[in-house]
Amino acid sequence: MAKPKVATTSLCGCFGCHMSLLDIDERILELVDLVEFDRSPINDIKSIEHPVDIGLVEGGCANEDNVRVLQEFRRQCKVLVSVGDCATNGGLPSLRNLVPLEECLREAYLDGPTVHNDSGRIPDDEEIPLLLSRVKPCHEIVEVDYHLPGCPPSADAFWAAITALLEGHAPELPYLLCKYD
Amino acid sequence: MSAVRDEAVHEICARFGNDATRLLDVVRAINQRLDCIDGEAMEAIAEALHLTRADVEGVVSFYSFLSTRPHGNIVIRLCDDVIDKMKGADEIASEFEHALGIRVGETTPDGRISLTTTSCIGMSDQAPAALVNDVVLPRLSLSEVRRVVRLLQAHPDGTDLRSLLVDSYGGGNNAHDLVRSAVDNSIRQAGPVLFGHMERGAALRKALALSPVEVIRVVKASRLRGRGGGGFPTGVKWEHTRGGQDERYVVCNADEGEPGTFKDRVLLTERADLVFEGMTIAGYAIGAGHGVLYLRAEYAYLREYLEHVLRERRQAGLLGTGLGGRKAFEFDIRIQMGAGAYICGEETALIESMEGKRGQPRLKPPFPASHGYLDKPTCVNNVETYCCAARILEQGAPWFSALGSKASTGTKLLSVSGDCKRPGVYEVPFGISVRELLGLCDGTGAAAVQIGGPSGRMVPPSEFGRTICFDDLATGGAVMVFDQHRDLLEIASEFLRFFIHESCGYCTPCRVGNSLLKERLDRIRAGHGSTDDVGYLRDLSATIAATSRCGLGWTSPNPVLSTLDGFPGQYERRLRDASYSLEEDTREARLIRNGRANGRGSSEGGSAAETTGVDGSDRERREATDVSGEAKR
Ligand SMILES: Cc1cc2nc3c(=O)[nH]c(=O)nc-3n(C[C@H](O)[C@H](O)[C@H](O)COP(=O)(O)O)c2cc1C
Ligand code: SF4
Repeated sequence: MAKPKVATTSLCGCFGCHMSLLDIDERILELVDLVEFDRSPINDIKSIEHPVDIGLVEGGCANEDNVRVLQEFRRQCKVLVSVGDCATNGGLPSLRNLVPLEECLREAYLDGPTVHNDSGRIPDDEEIPLLLSRVKPCHEIVEVDYHLPGCPPSADAFWAAITALLEGHAPELPYLLCKYD
Repeated sequence: MSAVRDEAVHEICARFGNDATRLLDVVRAINQRLDCIDGEAMEAIAEALHLTRADVEGVVSFYSFLSTRPHGNIVIRLCDDVIDKMKGADEIASEFEHALGIRVGETTPDGRISLTTTSCIGMSDQAPAALVNDVVLPRLSLSEVRRVVRLLQAHPDGTDLRSLLVDSYGGGNNAHDLVRSAVDNSIRQAGPVLFGHMERGAALRKALALSPVEVIRVVKASRLRGRGGGGFPTGVKWEHTRGGQDERYVVCNADEGEPGTFKDRVLLTERADLVFEGMTIAGYAIGAGHGVLYLRAEYAYLREYLEHVLRERRQAGLLGTGLGGRKAFEFDIRIQMGAGAYICGEETALIESMEGKRGQPRLKPPFPASHGYLDKPTCVNNVETYCCAARILEQGAPWFSALGSKASTGTKLLSVSGDCKRPGVYEVPFGISVRELLGLCDGTGAAAVQIGGPSGRMVPPSEFGRTICFDDLATGGAVMVFDQHRDLLEIASEFLRFFIHESCGYCTPCRVGNSLLKERLDRIRAGHGSTDDVGYLRDLSATIAATSRCGLGWTSPNPVLSTLDGFPGQYERRLRDASYSLEEDTREARLIRNGRANGRGSSEGGSAAETTGVDGSDRERREATDVSGEAKR
């Protein structure tokens, strides 16, 4: 029987969740024995061509690119897990939701005290992804099967979640795995 | 100015005996005189009453009819509850804005007239309605708005607003010299208990012929239960409050703030004698010497009349000393005005408020029956409860308990509003079904009926056979009818807005939880919800209900829970339809890119649609066909 496939991606996050995943230390060897990694920033595969069994998504959606990646990811993942507070709640990036978009852009490109922008314009190159009006958690855009909380979730929480899903049941997080202080 | 202020503070504090427990009366009077209570006024009040500035500011900032910032001498308060909105309150608000040249929340440049909104003012049967200071303007139309604004602008401050604005009086005592209001009673069905023939003093005479213990026995035998919503057995409450040497108090809860409830308004207008008679009987039964009627600020137009009835009763020997020839029994009643806070209807918040504090509910126990007003045993009952008690003493317990159903004896006064042809008050026997009631009020097109106001239940047509009584659908009196054109989730969201506004803020689950609940509900309404969100709504509702201190928090999730139970389709439809639109989510960024911020394209004044139309690039059209409206998964 072929090994189950796992893919991961990072949207509007800080890669902290991926770092935490790597914190499973030597268990990564066990993991590689158990699964095959498809698209992931860890192996630098950039697109997902075939269906995978488990997808982990870090980060919420702040721009149109994030949305497209997430939608594509959802299509290919049998089980999709939102990982970390940005994916599950919007997290830190969603602080900008308190400020109207135009004000955000003006502050970043025109009015901010450290801005040097000779053009006096907000960049409007077609290649730059458009920002969403609000930063959103993943489940507001696609259906998400599980949420793994934490900023970031601990390595043990990752391990518990992934092994449970591989064994075919819903992950359970005992108190110690979601206690943060 | 400061001399005027100091003198006003000094005089008004002295009028209330420099008594800190009368702070609410003091700040009400000062607010009226000075059109605000600024920092210096608060300092002066604190000094006069031996309080801290924080005590005073805490109170002033709590009540919506008080203000720390200057407002006009005339304040127009537009009722913004669900029913008023259904009847066009938003257009009325725009018309006021237009006629006055200001927005809601502002004061005219000459400083004379302020425009603001307020929670339900108890006029849902004649919505849309507004208050101009104490004057009620029911059944507002656009032309009426223009007339009112013209009159206000043409007359100087200090003009008697009642004479100026009210050109025809409502029925019954609304036309009384001391009321002169345009409010209608809209009594659609008069029943034997509340609207049967009564004679001033008859019930009290019968009560005084019994011993206090016997009076309580009669009330217990009638199985009367509280009409304010809780349904606690009244006789038992009186029994608990009785006994001992302490001073004790009888309080009548006339705060009637639950949106859609207006039955106490009608009782106070037409049956004031019965209310006071019931209070006096309660005073006799529990051994109290003082009664207080806590009247909501919105009903201030009834105050002079109620004072007049009290005077008449004193003259008739029905209040005061040596009542009924019993030297030992004296009893008198004062009226305490509220200042615009729904939470003050909760009995312990009511007591706090009467003591001149913020209307924050107390922890129970101890209950008011042992530690109430000024920490003395206090019996708090609803207006209607006292009316019933008086009738029970007059007509006997068996007469009363023969009406209604076994566990819910007597009749109930209902305030019916919304999508029905005959809104108004109905005195019906307990046990009436929703369907029968809809027949009475001609609301047969109902697609949902809210029983009990926002804290009650939204009942679907499949359950119209259920009955109104304490064991099935309990209600303090509000019945709101909604036809199939109403968006029930919008209504639920409006109810949550009400609770968010009226929460006293003490408990985090109530203060924060209700906002989170509304946010999540609104997300579902906007079509962005997932099944996760429904689970979240249920979980959060359970947390709020389980961890709040008072009845407001316990019941505030009901709009969500009862629509989830009774109208799951309303949610599912939106979840199923839920499709994510990238087009919509990037529209703002596209507008900014296409011109607004960079001074290109049709910027100012161009509506979103126009701008997109003019500047819409190929890319945009591509997107529209590519990804917009893509269903989840
Ligand atoms: C938030 C809240 C608001 C209330 N508002 C009122 C009210 O306006 N009028 C009223 O009689 N009871 C109101 N009550 C119920 C009172 O706390 C109390 O139970 C009632 O006045 C007791 O009188 P009863 O036994 O005659 O009903 C309210 C309760 C809560 C929790
Ligand atoms: S439940 Fe709400 S209204 Fe009641 S005490 Fe707590 S915060 Fe105040």
